[in-house]
Amino acid sequence: MSTPALEIIDVSRIHGRGDAAVHALRGLNLSVSPGELVAVMGPSGSGKSTLLNLAGGLDQATAGRVRVHGQELGSLSKGALAEVRRRMVGYVFQDYNLIPSLTAVENVSLPLELDRVKARAATALAKAAMDEVGLDGLYDRFPDDLSGGQQQRIAIARAIIGDRSLILADEPTGALDSETGEAVLALLRARCNEGAAALLVTHEARHAGWADRVVFLRDGAVVDEAGTTVNPGAFVAGHR
Amino acid sequence: MYGYQLRTEFDQTTGSTWPLNVGQVYTTLARLERDGLVVAGEEDEEGRTRYEITDAGRVDLASWFGTPVVSSDRPRDELAIKLALAVTVPGVDVSGVIQKQRAATIVAMQDLTRLKASGEGDLSWSLVLESMRFQYDSEIRWLDHCESSLARAARDRDQAITTIEPKTGVKR
Repeated sequence: MSTPALEIIDVSRIHGRGDAAVHALRGLNLSVSPGELVAVMGPSGSGKSTLLNLAGGLDQATAGRVRVHGQELGSLSKGALAEVRRRMVGYVFQDYNLIPSLTAVENVSLPLELDRVKARAATALAKAAMDEVGLDGLYDRFPDDLSGGQQQRIAIARAIIGDRSLILADEPTGALDSETGEAVLALLRARCNEGAAALLVTHEARHAGWADRVVFLRDGAVVDEAGTTVNPGAFVAGHR
Repeated sequence: MYGYQLRTEFDQTTGSTWPLNVGQVYTTLARLERDGLVVAGEEDEEGRTRYEITDAGRVDLASWFGTPVVSSDRPRDELAIKLALAVTVPGVDVSGVIQKQRAATIVAMQDLTRLKASGEGDLSWSLVLESMRFQYDSEIRWLDHCESSLARAARDRDQAITTIEPKTGVKR
């Protein structure tokens, strides 16, 4: 069995101390393998975003371990952690987080340039990532000249560029219409089918439907999990 | 069109979400003929009868397309009734009932989404498929809503208890 892309082992995250302490996560366990798309659902305050921040090394666990491709984030130096974030992890946020003064291709190549990849190579990889999400030909457009759906696809291209093999997506279809939102999910799915791993926070069941597994959070803990079977035939035979 | 052919086309269009037996099709055709909405032709050598829509049938069909479906025409929702009863029957883990349903609906949603991702089927089929995905989506939203209503009711109950307690002489 290959090493999981992401392992969350008995992780707790407590904000504040004493009476004011807030238990955002309580001994949570979760593993995402290469090729897997795992959705996380739960009410506000259940710990979804905290989980995603810990998985991406943007926050530190109070207890427990977080491993990305076998590397324990808590044991890494600041520099090594930044490197894991730049090379292995891609983020897709609800509000895209694109830099308005950079062109589409510059936005996509930014993580590689920060990683000191030569500009020409970075641009070539950025164009390849943009082609993959169906944005070929829009390389030199600025974010403001693009639709919400196109901007979100740029954010996805930026998340998958190079060898990034763990994609963390927080409500990535936020303001998109349902058809465009579905296209974004189909892209994530396709990327996972090619071997990436993805953790998707969503409150939309239609979007969770694209996942292999759906994990339900309540009060910082996993309370249930759904969907391990691949059985599309069940529907045709008259499901429910 | 022949009865058997009608059934096959209906199945293809609806992705077999509404299975019909051929007997139902012939009974319905006989009723439509009685009401003058279709006419039956002569039986052919293979014993098949060809039906054709009449002008009155076209008017009726146009009126059907022009009339919205009202909720009283739909079957009663077993899930809503189940939850309504669950909150009244002592000892039922209502949150458990909700979560079980939510997980089952997600699995059904995954099945439908895999079908969507497979890209098979024509436009009619994809509209039926999406209709079911949206129904599941709204069911899960409603379950989320039920869960927060339950949580609120539990909080209100706890608060009522703490306000009543001092009167019974319990110091907190």
